Amino acid sequence: MHSVLLVAAAFLAAAVEMVEALTIVLAVGVTRGWRSAGWGVAAALFALIGIIGALGPALANLPIDDLRLVIGTVLLIFGLQWLRKAILRSSGLKAQHDEDAIYRAEIEALRDGGGRRVHDWYAFKVAFKGVFLEGLEVAFIIVTFGGAQKNVGLAAIGSAAALVVVLVAGVIAHAPLSRVPENSLKFGVGIMLSSFGIFWAAEGAGVSWPGADASLLGVIGIVILLSFGLVAAMRRAAPHGAAALT
Amino acid sequence: MKWLSQFGRFWYDFIVGDDWTIAAAVVAVVAVTAAVAHSGHLAWPILPIGVAVVLSASVWRVLRSQRGASAPSAGHGPHADNGGSR
Repeated sequence: MHSVLLVAAAFLAAAVEMVEALTIVLAVGVTRGWRSAGWGVAAALFALIGIIGALGPALANLPIDDLRLVIGTVLLIFGLQWLRKAILRSSGLKAQHDEDAIYRAEIEALRDGGGRRVHDWYAFKVAFKGVFLEGLEVAFIIVTFGGAQKNVGLAAIGSAAALVVVLVAGVIAHAPLSRVPENSLKFGVGIMLSSFGIFWAAEGAGVSWPGADASLLGVIGIVILLSFGLVAAMRRAAPHGAAALT
Repeated sequence: MKWLSQFGRFWYDFIVGDDWTIAAAVVAVVAVTAAVAHSGHLAWPILPIGVAVVLSASVWRVLRSQRGASAPSAGHGPHADNGGSR
């Protein structure tokens, strides 16, 4: 069961980040040409695979309880930041993420960056930075999820599947994937990261969960209830007109 | 030196993000959980309850700051914290 949830969490997190990276790469490709953008993407993916390849096996040699304590705590802090933003967005206290608006802003910025060249370093740099920084969160999730579960490969499979799905969708659409319910996906990722973080941090701290591994489902249920409860409470209490879109 | 501070800033923003009190509170709750678990008492409810309190408090602070901002003059946007990719 853990394995299924692990792959699902890695898939969701990777899909969300890759939709954002795709928006940047599309903007670079359309305005500056695909050659340099492609090299930027390839270099970023190479760097990310190197990070996962270096850190994944290193974590496998550490004692599991210490690893889960540290990884669970970091994952919980990281996950709560996602969840906090998702709750604020859903309750109208923070602007929704809008891929179309981001795409338009990227296009404007890239047009200001000078004319096209055969080896366009500006396009390379923007594509590399977009994919690398968005991908770093995915790499972090793969390494932490995989490390705590002693199965980096499984988390990597979930992320690779997301890469293929987003890539195929991007090639077909040839436009930002604005119809992907990105804000809802982020909500889901925040819930998964926080739930795994609670479960592993507590296990690493010496807690015995009632029902052992099955209690992870209970933790996910508690986090879902808490999140939707907070959204409902904040919607009622939010100042009128706060739910604007960027 | 500048590179080092940028590197540190990046990781701080990456993991800790907009509200450092969440990180501090999570570390404190995990420490309490470990202490209670090692003393042989029931410890599993501490972390879920702690997370519920920490998250509620953080979201509530944003609401309160927006209420404060919108009270004197209406029309302030929903930007209590910076953007970020998450």
